[in-house]
Amino acid sequence: MTVLNTARGAAVLLAAALALSACGGSDGKSGGQGAQGGAKAFSVALNEPDHLTPGNTSSSYSITVLQALFDTLVVIDPTGKPQMRAAESVTTKDQKTWTIKIRAGQKFHNGEPVTAESFADAWNATAYGPNAWTNNYYFTEFEGYDALNPEEEGAKPSTDKLTGLKVVDPATLEVRLKEPFSQFPITLAYTGFAPMPKAAFQDLKAYDQAPVGNGPFALDGAWEHNKQIKLKRFAGYAGPRPAKSDAVQLKIYASRDTAYTDLRAGNVDLLQTIPPASAGEAKKLLGDRFVPTASGTMDYLGFPVFDKRFQNADLRKAFSMAIDRQAIVDAVYDGAFKPMASLVAPLVPGYRENACGETCVFDKAKAKALYDAAGGFSGTLNLYFSNADPSYEQWMQAVANQLKENLGVADVRFRKIPAADYLSTLREKKEDGPYRNNWVMDYPSPQNYLQNMWGDGNRMGWDSKEFRDLIGKANAAPSMEASIPLYQQAEDIALREMPMIPLWNWQDQAGYSSKISDVHIDAYSPNLDTITVK
Amino acid sequence: MRYALTRLLQAVPVFVATTFLIYFMVWSLPGDPIVALAGDKPLPESVLRSLREHYHLDEPLIVQYGLYMAGVFLRGDLGETFTGQPVGELLQDRWAVTAQLALTAWVFELVVGIALGVVAGLRRGRLADTAVLAGTTFVIAVPVFVVGYTAQIVLGLNLGLFPTAGTDQGWPGSYLLPGMVLGSFGLAYVARLTRTSVVENLRADYVRTATAKGLRRSRVIGRHALRNSLIPVVTYLGVDFGNLMAGAVVTEGIFNLPGIGQQVFQSIQLQEGPVVVGVTTLLVMIFILANLLVDLLYGVLDPRIRRG
Repeated sequence: MTVLNTARGAAVLLAAALALSACGGSDGKSGGQGAQGGAKAFSVALNEPDHLTPGNTSSSYSITVLQALFDTLVVIDPTGKPQMRAAESVTTKDQKTWTIKIRAGQKFHNGEPVTAESFADAWNATAYGPNAWTNNYYFTEFEGYDALNPEEEGAKPSTDKLTGLKVVDPATLEVRLKEPFSQFPITLAYTGFAPMPKAAFQDLKAYDQAPVGNGPFALDGAWEHNKQIKLKRFAGYAGPRPAKSDAVQLKIYASRDTAYTDLRAGNVDLLQTIPPASAGEAKKLLGDRFVPTASGTMDYLGFPVFDKRFQNADLRKAFSMAIDRQAIVDAVYDGAFKPMASLVAPLVPGYRENACGETCVFDKAKAKALYDAAGGFSGTLNLYFSNADPSYEQWMQAVANQLKENLGVADVRFRKIPAADYLSTLREKKEDGPYRNNWVMDYPSPQNYLQNMWGDGNRMGWDSKEFRDLIGKANAAPSMEASIPLYQQAEDIALREMPMIPLWNWQDQAGYSSKISDVHIDAYSPNLDTITVK
Repeated sequence: MRYALTRLLQAVPVFVATTFLIYFMVWSLPGDPIVALAGDKPLPESVLRSLREHYHLDEPLIVQYGLYMAGVFLRGDLGETFTGQPVGELLQDRWAVTAQLALTAWVFELVVGIALGVVAGLRRGRLADTAVLAGTTFVIAVPVFVVGYTAQIVLGLNLGLFPTAGTDQGWPGSYLLPGMVLGSFGLAYVARLTRTSVVENLRADYVRTATAKGLRRSRVIGRHALRNSLIPVVTYLGVDFGNLMAGAVVTEGIFNLPGIGQQVFQSIQLQEGPVVVGVTTLLVMIFILANLLVDLLYGVLDPRIRRG
């Protein structure tokens, strides 16, 4: 009897589960196959994006989606040079006032024409402080930015339009910057500068869930959070990169290990971030469908120069020479990352392989001699890093061992800080020892690295008028080509003083299934439009 | 009925205390969730301020909690995540996934666990018993994520018996393997509890009496021995619902199921107070309900409890 009762209970529960699965039914079989539906479709592994409004996200996952949905004014080719896309031309006489001509005949997915206003509206909204959009700070150099972002507590901006933005006619946009900025065209490739249609501003919240862009793909149905985002070819697209496939299913994963398992099982066609630990296996398994791609991301070891004990540049250089970068890269990243002797990544125009000279070359004897001459280091050496990734702790330990062994620093301690607290710790200058620092490139210009990391208000508390002046001169240079020698001179100064040591440059590892071909992933975009389905 | 109502009323202080404690704990984690939102890039002061105002982070903790609870009870508003998604909507989406997973696991451990336990108990000391003992020891000793990844690679990837991840196939296809992984731990306990209980009861006086009266063996075991044996098992199964929720954090991660467990994990990392409190509130309610159900079931299994 009781056994029977239990069985009945189980049956009731099963029925309940069935009912539940029925109400969540849209995620069932129909959804998955609808995307395939006989058409040429492929799937891409993705993490959950944070936002899909171009001005409000700097997450790489969101950017993958936005690059399929939007055509930005400019794009960066694999050599790091800007190429026109939604723009016909970007010109200037004084590096301060820029005239952008927009290519004719472009349409948004809802049929609206793409005009100078589409850009002006999107940029004003991004720059408007109370909207609290992530890419707000990209507009700090625009004239009129301060009026939209008052410093005082509780102050409301008097206007919601940048004075530095002028719509001359539907095809012409004029931008006025506060200071001359020779790198301006290349910054326009960032998805934060994408246009938005008029319809978006009626309901910005709804737009964030269902963005309407001007790119080769359009959204197909709602963003199913944590599950998938479906894209379809935009029939009205008249630009330079029509989509080669009919549809893309962006499958959302919580862990890239699971995504990698699904790639192996053939359940997903493209994965941009194979876990470093699986790289060796993936290479064997995928053959030439395993694609390592250069990345702009760099790791550094920063010094609190504001702390007396770290004010001697020779001491900082001795630290740099005592670190065997190649050994650490081999041990922790299976040799995938590239040891660096330059402050910028190799894919940046103006990169010099050995800008640093012998100060970035591992040399135990010279390091020790320099260290002793500089008076050495006494007391506890605290090393700071966040707990965001287990590899941070691994390489910090390797650094600690090398400093102990090669320089004789006796007392080294680790300060592992919760990820959410790490940046505030550095910002408030609470650290009293070398710390892990990382820069994710926004656009391939030495300025993006040097000014953000070594420029005004840098975390090290380092100050060099010479450096600042050179950056200013480079920014005002008459062309991108002319600016590069000046940035290099600034880089030399930072390397000579070494408030922050370059360590290594990251590399991404993508892989794809045999179902797709023409995969052209580069550091700037996965280029989903080029992919064809067999 | 009155019994059930009293039990429900007792839940109110438990509810308030738990939610406040959770709220307090989330916000006393070190770090500034708003600053951490933008990663390594700077957020201008004006943007930081707008965000803090929007999420009431500029108010003292007790005011934040008050505002949150007022929202919950006056407007049925569970707040929103840092990406602007309403928590209510989010839980609705994810709730079905976790419920399907937990129920699959639960039914699995209930049916298979009791069956294994009964078999082991009836054949005490023989091969079947030893096999169950060894198997359950193994499962209890191995962490959930090891079982999970192994099952995923072997049964999903290599043998292709189940989908490796995701919810593409809906219920039951996508939920069988994660459900079994999640349920395996509880199953081991259920089997062992049942076995011990059955062995004990088979030796009890009333079973001997029933056998002496000349009842058929199946009736003695089914009606008398098993019925009493199930009381500790039912208690465990009730409490285990909570364990399933905790285990779901790991299992949902491995099998990429967008459920509550995954959400809790993400939200704690991002220090999203309202989300964590929202989910906790729900979990507290499930715990209370599960315990209530267990208490009511006792009455069914043992009439003495019902009358007393």
